Amino acid sequence: MASSSTAAPHVAADAQLVPGISPTARLHIVTGKGGTGKTTVAAALAMAMASLGRKVLLVEVEGRQALAQLFDVPALPYAEHKLATAEHNGQVWGLAIDAEAAMIEYLEMFYGLKRSARGLKKMGAVDFATTLAPGLRDVLLTGKVKEAVTRIGNNGRPAYDCVVLDAPPTGRIRQFLNATQEVANLTKFGPISRQSEGVIEVLHGPKTAVHIVTLLEEMPVQETVDAAIELSAAGFAMGTIVVNRARPTLIADGQVGPDGSVDLDLLAAGLREANLPDGYAGPLAAQMADYAQRQELQEDTTRRLDEVELPRVELPDLNPPVELGELNELAHCFLVGGGE
Amino acid sequence: MSGPERLDLVKLVKDPNTRIIVTCGSGGVGKTTTAAAVALLGAEAGRRTVVLTIDPARRLAQSMGLVELDNTPREVKGVENGQLFAMMLDMKRTFDDVVLEHSTPDRAQAIFANPFYQSLSSSFAGTQEYMAMEKLGQLAAAHEWDLIVVDTPPSRSALDFLDAPNRLGRFLDGRMIRLLTAPARAGGKAYLKVVTASVGIVARAFTRVIGNDLLNDLAAFVSALETMFGGFRERAEHTYELLKAPGTAFVVVAAPEPDALREASYFVERLSDESMPLAGLVLNRTHTIAPAGDLPALTAARAGAAAESLTGSGPATVLAQAALRVHGEIAAAAEHDARMAKRFSAAHPEVSVVTLPALPVDVHDIDGLRTIGALLSAN
Repeated sequence: MASSSTAAPHVAADAQLVPGISPTARLHIVTGKGGTGKTTVAAALAMAMASLGRKVLLVEVEGRQALAQLFDVPALPYAEHKLATAEHNGQVWGLAIDAEAAMIEYLEMFYGLKRSARGLKKMGAVDFATTLAPGLRDVLLTGKVKEAVTRIGNNGRPAYDCVVLDAPPTGRIRQFLNATQEVANLTKFGPISRQSEGVIEVLHGPKTAVHIVTLLEEMPVQETVDAAIELSAAGFAMGTIVVNRARPTLIADGQVGPDGSVDLDLLAAGLREANLPDGYAGPLAAQMADYAQRQELQEDTTRRLDEVELPRVELPDLNPPVELGELNELAHCFLVGGGE
Repeated sequence: MSGPERLDLVKLVKDPNTRIIVTCGSGGVGKTTTAAAVALLGAEAGRRTVVLTIDPARRLAQSMGLVELDNTPREVKGVENGQLFAMMLDMKRTFDDVVLEHSTPDRAQAIFANPFYQSLSSSFAGTQEYMAMEKLGQLAAAHEWDLIVVDTPPSRSALDFLDAPNRLGRFLDGRMIRLLTAPARAGGKAYLKVVTASVGIVARAFTRVIGNDLLNDLAAFVSALETMFGGFRERAEHTYELLKAPGTAFVVVAAPEPDALREASYFVERLSDESMPLAGLVLNRTHTIAPAGDLPALTAARAGAAAESLTGSGPATVLAQAALRVHGEIAAAAEHDARMAKRFSAAHPEVSVVTLPALPVDVHDIDGLRTIGALLSAN
């Protein structure tokens, strides 16, 4: 592992979050196109905040047990578990929200319906309700998120300094975040309607920030631009665009011709200086041509991202599987300062 | 280590016994592009082919002549030695057609007007999968096609494609829906007689959560749909059987990343449990280093060290340094991808695999699809 050779980076006491990651936000929602690394980014962001001495809750809602995989712990039950500790007494806790469990908890909390709740479960009612009632699943999931954000601990302070949500992908994010509002429109009365106000207030509030993860590729960038416009029009406070797995710019102007050609003699001469035989020049040149194309695409897609006027955070490609060491390394991309 | 057997997609698409190819995999692995490339391979091998795509990238859709969701196969231009048709699934219209087919015009109108139908047909998680299967069933029944290639909806899990149709059928025929709608169907008073007291409590609790208005809409919807219950379930079951029939082949698409391969593993296991035919795995976006003849492959570490050792600032030195750094990037990715592939094959030695290289740019035209086809058929 590349990371084993470098010591775990130290976080100075006066380090800060990069611009765009509001230090006062209580809920960070991380979305992005499928396959862009949302979970990893959400976890890195949580680690970054924990390294500033905060107690952070990292939440997943898609039933993938992705947090357990990432932090290498057994599958998370419907309960909050400590996943990692960080410098300055920071902590990351994890919670996998399951719609069925959230519904039963909800029934118990609001109605004391423990027995009925069990009955409902046996009859498949929860499966029924969460699959049918439009967005009810999302209502339950966001309801639980809101509960975690607003929960007050024994000391009268918030139970968590902030909550990071590994949210559904860009294709579903608006539907997910707006589910409560839509159900509230359908049911003018009743407990869901009463509860929904609080959820809408938190999700649309100034202490929530939505971050979009993208790769520097055509489709993820397109979805990112679309989602950013759509979400901010829908009144959500936007945080940052996180560019994940960015490849470094390695090729300088003129080294690769427009047709992908590389001066083989020149390359061979340079390789000889590194005691490498000429035979490597051809394949290395071919790779450079490919890489130049990719680099150009990265530059093009970066320009497309300029359409969205949001701060950007860039994370390097560490070649997954990302484990705790790499997560710490990525977490540093969300931090600045701290006189190192 | 002999490694896995190579997945021969050319042989698969050329085989006259292959009627249906389903591509599946988790989101973001290049499933749609792979489906289109496989379909093009089939068409250019002389088989009359249709590809059913779901939510393709705009430019890829345009290049195939798909400008709107219209549920009609359109001939793709620029195909050589054969015919390829493509269509984009219109989920809502497919659902409407099913309703129309199974009920009287009056009932159909009542169903269409119901707010529940509107959300069920356009946003219910699982409707897209159900409707993709429905459309597949229709295409297969038409006997118009030598080969049907189906791209599965983008979902968090590849398994959704297999599970969602059943879930929708189960739901529409479920005990709960009957129970909750009993008052509307039997009249308020009869309600308490049909259900036992304890179930009544549960149902009332449920009513309190959902709210009364919502329940009334639901009840109206269900009574309107009632005639179709059998229809829906039967159709879902029929299409499910089609997926098990000889002539169907599943192609799992994954990227060499832990999440995507984990999904692929689940799917492979599931197919085997259900005795559904798996053709193999397309391992997309795999990095490889360019071979250097008889010279040993340069490792990422060695390329990195060589780049470090170069200190001059002449153009040759700088060029070699850039080339070595590029190689370092690619070799590190290639080493990682090879590890991932090896891990998958160790767990599933029976699954044949073909790798597709990570292409420097996205595919959005027929030539690009043909290039992928050529890469799939290479060696």
